[in-house]
Amino acid sequence: MGSSGSPPEGELLTISAKIVVAGGFGVGKTTFVGSVSEVPPMSNEAWMTEAGQGVDEIPPGGKSTTTVAMDFGRITLRPDLLLYLFGTPGQARFWFLWDDLSRGALGAVVLVDTSRIDESFAAINYFENDSELPFVVAVNQFEGMPVHDLDEVRDALALDPAVPLVTCDARDRASTIATLTELVGHTLSLAVLSGPAGRELAGSAPHA
Amino acid sequence: MRVPDEDVIAVSDKDTALPRRSRRIRAYALTGGRTTTRHQLLVETLVSVPQYDPALSGTLMPESRSLYERARARCSIAELSVGLDLPLGVVRVLIGDLASQGAVYVHPTAHAYHHDTNVLERILDGLKRLPA
Repeated sequence: MGSSGSPPEGELLTISAKIVVAGGFGVGKTTFVGSVSEVPPMSNEAWMTEAGQGVDEIPPGGKSTTTVAMDFGRITLRPDLLLYLFGTPGQARFWFLWDDLSRGALGAVVLVDTSRIDESFAAINYFENDSELPFVVAVNQFEGMPVHDLDEVRDALALDPAVPLVTCDARDRASTIATLTELVGHTLSLAVLSGPAGRELAGSAPHA
Repeated sequence: MRVPDEDVIAVSDKDTALPRRSRRIRAYALTGGRTTTRHQLLVETLVSVPQYDPALSGTLMPESRSLYERARARCSIAELSVGLDLPLGVVRVLIGDLASQGAVYVHPTAHAYHHDTNVLERILDGLKRLPA
């Protein structure tokens, strides 16, 4: 007891990692996840909350509960290394669930749509102030949209100069992969900066 | 993947005996109101069954049995939640119980290696190698 046993016979110990895809309502999170996921994005009413005003009907005689959907996709990087992408619930009142999704993540991609830039202020605030996660901001720029100078976008977002700002086309697999690569590179650079502390964990890692 | 008790927990059928909410309330009742587990089960945490035991499966409550059967093919907590239409909190508690019994194996997440840049480098390399 107290341990979780050994890996199944004939099966590799598999490490899974997670990236959070955030941004306001309608900025292209599901499109971004779908463009790179090897399975169609999966969705489920994953969380039950007792948030005051529910989107559900109030059950007879019960207190009001709300179910919140999570959607996510998966990329097999190697047979023993899986990467999951989780979109955050868009509505502001579900921020406390962002903490659950963010726990253990490699980092976050905050998507911005320049035609509705205010939709993503809240997500940027969250990752700047309420989370330790490394993050990058990606302007979802598809054909036919007015092209904005990234410096102007950075100003409009009042984005810290240390946070990488890139453009992407959320519909395009290669562009999404490039954005994820940018994020993981950023996370790695911060990990290297924060020093070689904790090397002792290597190899002996698993919790659980 | 078919599980024996698909008709007990709706996997994809919409027209099951119990309305959606009743099934969810029943699921939380099964956890005895517990919402936490001592295993760190993140949404991306993978679990698998090290040695499948049909006798054990037969003794489990339907929801736990369905989780146990599904986990025979390595599966994340989030995928179990979607596949069995159970809230994440319920999946975490029931999988935590199965892990405590040694019935399921909990794989490490990248977070367990967060001081080890090798894992980050492997992930970065894996992304760069993805076909565009």
